[in-house]
Order: sequence, then structure tokens, then C-alpha cells
Amino acid sequence: MLSDAMRLIFALLAFVVAFACQAAAIGYDGARHLLNRTGFGATDAEIARYATLERAQAVDRLLAGARSEASVAPPDFVDAPFEPYYRRRNMTPEERMASQRRLTRESFDLRAWWLREMIETPSPLSERMTLFWHNHFATSQQKVRSVQLMYRQNTLLRRESLGNFATLLHAIGKDPAMLVYLDNAGNRRQAPNENFAREVMELFTLGEGNYTEHDVKEAARAFTGWSLDRETGEFTYRRIWHDDGEKTVLGRSGRLDGDDVIDTLLSRPQTARFVAAKLWREFVSPTPDPAAVSRWADVFREARYEVRPLLRVALMSDAFWAEANRGALVKSPVELVVGTLRTFGIHPVDLRPAVFACAALGQNPFAPPNVKGWPGGDAWIDSATLLGRRQFVDRVFRGSEPEPMPMAMREEAKGGGQAGPGAQLRRMLERGMTDYVFDADRFSRSLGSRGGDRLQDLVLAYPAVNTDDKEAPVGDRVRALVADASFQLK
Amino acid sequence: MTFARRDFLKLAALAPFAGSHAFAAEMQAPARKLLILVELRGGNDGLNTVIPYANPSYAALRPRIGIARDQVVKLTETTGLHPALEKLHARWEARELAIVQGVGYPRPNLSHFRSIEIWDTASSSDEYLDAGWLARAFALSPSPLSFAADGVVVGAGSMGPLAGNNARAIALADPAQFLRNARLARDEGETRNPALAHILRVERDVRASAQKLTADHKFETTFPKGPFGNAAGTAAQLAANASGVSVIRVSLGSFDTHANQQGTHANLLRQLAEGMDALRDALVEAGRWNTTVIATYAEFGRRARENQSGGTDHGTASAHLVLGGGVKGGLYGAAPALDRLDGEGNLPHAVDFRGYYATFLERWWGIDSRAVLGGRFDTLAIL
Repeated sequence: MLSDAMRLIFALLAFVVAFACQAAAIGYDGARHLLNRTGFGATDAEIARYATLERAQAVDRLLAGARSEASVAPPDFVDAPFEPYYRRRNMTPEERMASQRRLTRESFDLRAWWLREMIETPSPLSERMTLFWHNHFATSQQKVRSVQLMYRQNTLLRRESLGNFATLLHAIGKDPAMLVYLDNAGNRRQAPNENFAREVMELFTLGEGNYTEHDVKEAARAFTGWSLDRETGEFTYRRIWHDDGEKTVLGRSGRLDGDDVIDTLLSRPQTARFVAAKLWREFVSPTPDPAAVSRWADVFREARYEVRPLLRVALMSDAFWAEANRGALVKSPVELVVGTLRTFGIHPVDLRPAVFACAALGQNPFAPPNVKGWPGGDAWIDSATLLGRRQFVDRVFRGSEPEPMPMAMREEAKGGGQAGPGAQLRRMLERGMTDYVFDADRFSRSLGSRGGDRLQDLVLAYPAVNTDDKEAPVGDRVRALVADASFQLK
Repeated sequence: MTFARRDFLKLAALAPFAGSHAFAAEMQAPARKLLILVELRGGNDGLNTVIPYANPSYAALRPRIGIARDQVVKLTETTGLHPALEKLHARWEARELAIVQGVGYPRPNLSHFRSIEIWDTASSSDEYLDAGWLARAFALSPSPLSFAADGVVVGAGSMGPLAGNNARAIALADPAQFLRNARLARDEGETRNPALAHILRVERDVRASAQKLTADHKFETTFPKGPFGNAAGTAAQLAANASGVSVIRVSLGSFDTHANQQGTHANLLRQLAEGMDALRDALVEAGRWNTTVIATYAEFGRRARENQSGGTDHGTASAHLVLGGGVKGGLYGAAPALDRLDGEGNLPHAVDFRGYYATFLERWWGIDSRAVLGGRFDTLAIL
């Protein structure tokens, strides 16, 4: 049996070792890992700036740079007046067609604006978290059919991206796009609609199995009256629609309203755990460690759902930095497309082809497949999307001669999505990818003389499957590395 | 077992005459028939698809969205189809359309995501399984070696019933495009990284399938415009392929009609009927109609009583359609028991969905369903 003194010495030793690990500079590989996992790719210069920092310094710098507003100005139409739904019903067929065309065009432009923000923002982490919340509170333009409402929701998600989850949850319940998407806009006393009440428990807070069908029905009554002003598209509370009777949700009884139910959900320990586990899968690995998630959840609750302390404990964790978790996650389509453009300094004038690529690869921003969001992980990769990814990369790195868009995207433009753009737009897109081109010479120069040594560390999160010929010119090596299966990992 | 099978496939690929028809013919088991699954994503309203129009409770439960009696495409004295399914009436007349009513499972789960997981893995309500039911079936009884794949998922979406268990499953939108791009899948190797291993496995399957698929069958049939019509065209192209596949999964949706259901639902059903009708014509052309069966499935049906938003909330048991030259047309299962709704206002089920699956496993493929489904479920005499 160890003496107390020995135990103390061991404890001290463990502490010193742990401290020394954390105090050492994260190095080039560590910096690439941090910036790729929390952003969308990173240039050699950005990585070099973080490489000399210690773990805490690097994480704190990232968190300190967080933004609550976009840096790129949005398209003008986001401020245009909301077009009431009832007015659309009275349109002539011609008017309806024109309105539909405009909506399709503007949806595209809105997505291109968001991708532009992801590329140019000084805080990629803020956009990653905005996208994380978009996936958590998944809402689709396909049903909402208003770029104004989708933009307003995006603004809310960004404002609270590293803000406060409780604030965000209360606001999302009254968010016009969400009210339309999950049908709460029509939820009234005489006719409760369960859609929002169910999903707020299953997908936004508690997770499946932590509530009953009775809770869903009762909560639906509490949310009655949270609706939409039909002229302005703003949230409005319709007192006469609200069911003011006694309800019981998760054991709490009273004349509960929507905010009471949300507070009840926030008081449950499962909520913090649910969000913490999702954050683990976003940043660490596909398999959350229950003990660590539980610790993160405690931090989250003690911080009254402030997001920053949760992110800090996640990004400081040994699991985040563990060698075994490097390259353990599959890049999402947006990470692949935006990350490729950022990492290699490719700056297209028109980002609509990039939007197209993301959509064809399975992640159309503002249009998640359903309220559960994108499944992500290994599910990003099947034979169709893998070949699509290869095609995108092949197109960007093939060479600089002007060529039409790759087949996959052209086909996708033709059939595919319900909001399929017209022929005119398609032709424009085909021409639009001519500046999606990797410039090997410029990239080589940007790396400097010793750049070849760290090229694989820059491009790949995991060792190449194929041989990386270190004697080959930088341009050829890059083309081989981006075509490697490991390029799909982060 | 699946490993041994993969190794064997590798060996077969290395054999000098692996590509030749003679070799394939010698190696293969008797050709396996084709199952085309149509997923009605989001949970289809069975009561407004297959309509118990003579039951007075139907009109009472659905004063706003109920289909008027004179609009129903009548099949029997009690039962008819939604008018948007008119195109399927000829198949009913030809006794090639089987309608299975009341398909569901005990202790139903009303979450989309959990319930489709139950359907995809053929689990009980409180059981969590990793692999899809078809992936389990093919692990027990592999498709012939000459086949391009066990299954093809057309379009985006999860691999669903084909997920896991190393099933030879590929996803594609268009066979011609798939073949053009297959050259981009060229990595080989082994790894301990699970995400990378997944990518490498997908690449292997792409290469293996691309060697065997063709995409040049010319059809007289024209397919309806739109995503589902395209998917039907792709399914026909795959069915006409000389080197077979066992399963094709296409999907249509979203059927999650919580509000203002009528127009949306009619539009979806029209796409379904027109797509299936064109697919049938193409299969007849390709000589595959008698060796193909088309069957729908979904995570659940919808609540019997309409909600006040002119829609329907998540429900339980629902009706499903099965078509094919080898199908024994007619009504199966039990008409919806509108007078026996449960405490939540939902329908009881009459046919366990695993019995529906067992029908295809046993009567179509001759696979022992007990081993796949973990129990004995009664099959239906539709095949």
C-alpha cells in the first residue's frame, strides 16, 4: 500500500506532467487540428500563427475572436418586406411562377452570402457554431419559403452562436421561420398541433425516451397562441388562441405557457447532456465518452447555459487533442468545399457554384433534409457522394483551362432538388466555375522554401493512404494529397 | 462470415476469367428476383391513400380533409383509392396490385427518426439493432456473385435497410454518371481509422459494381418529370442490367403533412402513381415485370382524426401497396378499425411489418426469415 507521502508525490507528478503537456506549444500539427476542427480549413500562414501558442492560449484566442454579427453585408432582399402567405394563394399562375423564380434565385444568393461569410469571417468558429445551431434547430427554406424569415433566423443563430443556449432556445420557440417550419403558427386552443412540442423535447433538449406522449400533448397546449403576424411575419402572441388551462409537463403542473415549458426543459439535466454529446460528435469523435460528456454538461449548467465555457472545456479536453481522435471525423460537404477554397487561397467571384456543390454532396444550407438535421459522420459518405466529392476536387485541381462544370453538378442542376434552378441559371453556373482553380505556382510561393516539409501536415488530418512522393513538385503533390481518401477526414 | 465472403469476392476478381460471362454463369446461384422498395418519407396518411369510404366514421373523423365518396377510385364496396392514384386502377383490374392494410407494430413509437430506425432494422419497439434488415438477410444469403451489388439506393438519403453488416450496397443518382465517375475511386489499403475504413470500403464497392453495371438500355417508356420520375427511370435502368441487383430503394416525400395536407398529399400520390406506372411499363419492356415486385413502406401512418390545421399528426398503422407481375392482387390485412382507436386516437395494427418483410424474404427469395428477423412472423399470400 502506498504511503500518503508517496501518493502526494504521485499526484504532484501527475499534475506537473499534465501541466507541462498543456503548457507546451501546440505546434504546427496541433494548430492545423484546432483550426480545421473549429473552422473551415486554414491556410499555412494561419496555422503558423497558432503553432507557437500553448493550448489554453490558442483556445482562448479562438473564443475571444467570436462574433455575434456577420462581417459580409447580406443581399439587399433580406430587408425587403415579408410577403404574406395568404397573398400568395391569390396569385395568378404567372405571378406565382414569377414569385417562385425570385424565391429560388434569392435562396441561392442567400446561401452564397453565408458561404462567403464562412470564407471571409475573421472568426470561422462563429460560423461553425452558427451552422451547428442551424443543424440543431434544423429549419428548411423548402417549407418556410421566405428568404427574409430564414435570414432572420440565421441572424439569431449567429447572435447566440457563442452566446447563451437558454436565451437561444426561448428565442427559437418564437422565431418566425421555426413557427412556420414546425407548424406552431397555427397551434391553437381548439386545435393543438403537436409538431413543435414533440421536436423541442426530442431533438432540441431532452432526447428521445426522456418524455412521454402525454408530455407532448400537454406541452402542445402550452405553446398554443405562439404565432405569426400574417402581414409582417413577426412573432405575435394570440391570447384568444392560448389554452390557459391547467397542464402537467414532466411533472410540473400549473397554467403553463410556452416559456414555462421551455424553462422546465432547461431545468432537466438531460438537456445539457444532450447538447454536450452533440458538441462532442461535432468536435471530437463519433463516440462520446459518457463520463466526459457528463462533466461538460455540469460545466454547461453551472454556467447557466453560456456556450463559451462549454466550448472551452471541450476544446481544452485531452480527448479533443488525443492522437487517436485526429482524423477521426468525416468532413461535412460545407467543410470540404469551403475548407478547400480557404486552405488553398482560391477566391471565386461567384459562390453559387460552391453552393451547388454542397447541395449535390448532401448539405444544402438553409435546407436540411428534416427537423433532425443532417445525420453527418460516416453517413456523409456513400458511393454517390464520395464520387461527387472526388469530382469537385478533381475539377478545382485539374488545371486552369476554362471548362464547363463537372457532370454531377450539371445533372443535379437539371433534375434533383425541388427548387431546381432554371436553365438560364444553370448555364451561368456552368460558366461560373472557371475561377475555381488551384494556382500551383502562387500556392508554392506562399509556402516558402521549406513549405514542402509540412505540406502533408497542412493538407491532411491523417496520414495519406497512397504514397506521398516528397520529391515531386508541390503542385503535383497537392493534387495527389487532395485526391487521397484521407483528405475527406478532419 | 461476411469477411470470408469478401475475401472470396477478391479472389474471384483476381481469377483470370472473372469478367467473362461463362465464369460468372458457372459461379452464380440461380438468379435472384428483384425487390424495389419505395420509401414514403415522413409517414404517409394511409387513411387518405387507401380509403374506407363506406365507413361512416371516416367522414366523421375527417370533415375537412376527407376524400368525398364520389371522388374515391372505388376498388370494392368498402375500399377505394385516393383520386390521385387513378393510374394504379388498371393494375388493380389486372390483379397485379396487392394492398396490405394495417401494417404496423406493437407499442408504436411516434418519432420519425426512431420509428424509421425500427422499420429499417426490423427491430421491436424497444430493441436497438445496428444493421438494416436487408443487410442481415444478405449476410445470411448473399446475392449471386455475378450481381453488381446486393442493393442500390437511388438518390440521396441514408442506406436504410441496406446499412451495415458489410452489405454490398451502393448509392447513385444516375447509372451513366456513376460509371463515368467510378474511375475517381482508386484508393486501396487497410486502416484502423473507422472513418477512413468506411471510405475505403465505399470505394471498393464502387469499383466492384462499376465493373458489372451497364447504363445503356433504351426504353420506349417515358418517365414523368421530377425527382421521383427520375428515380423510377434509374430503377428501370438498373433492373434491365444484365448483371443483377437484389434490391433497389427509391424514395418520395415529404409526407409529413401536419398542416394544409390536401394539395401536398394529392401531389405526392400523383407522383407515386405516375412513377410506378411508368416503372411498370419499362419493366414489361425489359422483360422483368414478372421477376420484380415493387413495395412501399414508411415509418408510420397518420392520426385517424384530422387536426385543426387541415393536416394529420404522427400516427401508427398504415396501408402499403405491392405491385408486380407475380403479385396476387387484392386486399390483405384488415380494414382500419376506426372504432377501436387507442388512447392517443391511433389505429391498432393488423399486420406486423416484420410479417410484411418475411413475405419478401420467404416467398420471393426463399430466405429463412426467422434468422433474419429474430422470430417467426406470418407471411402474406400476396406472392
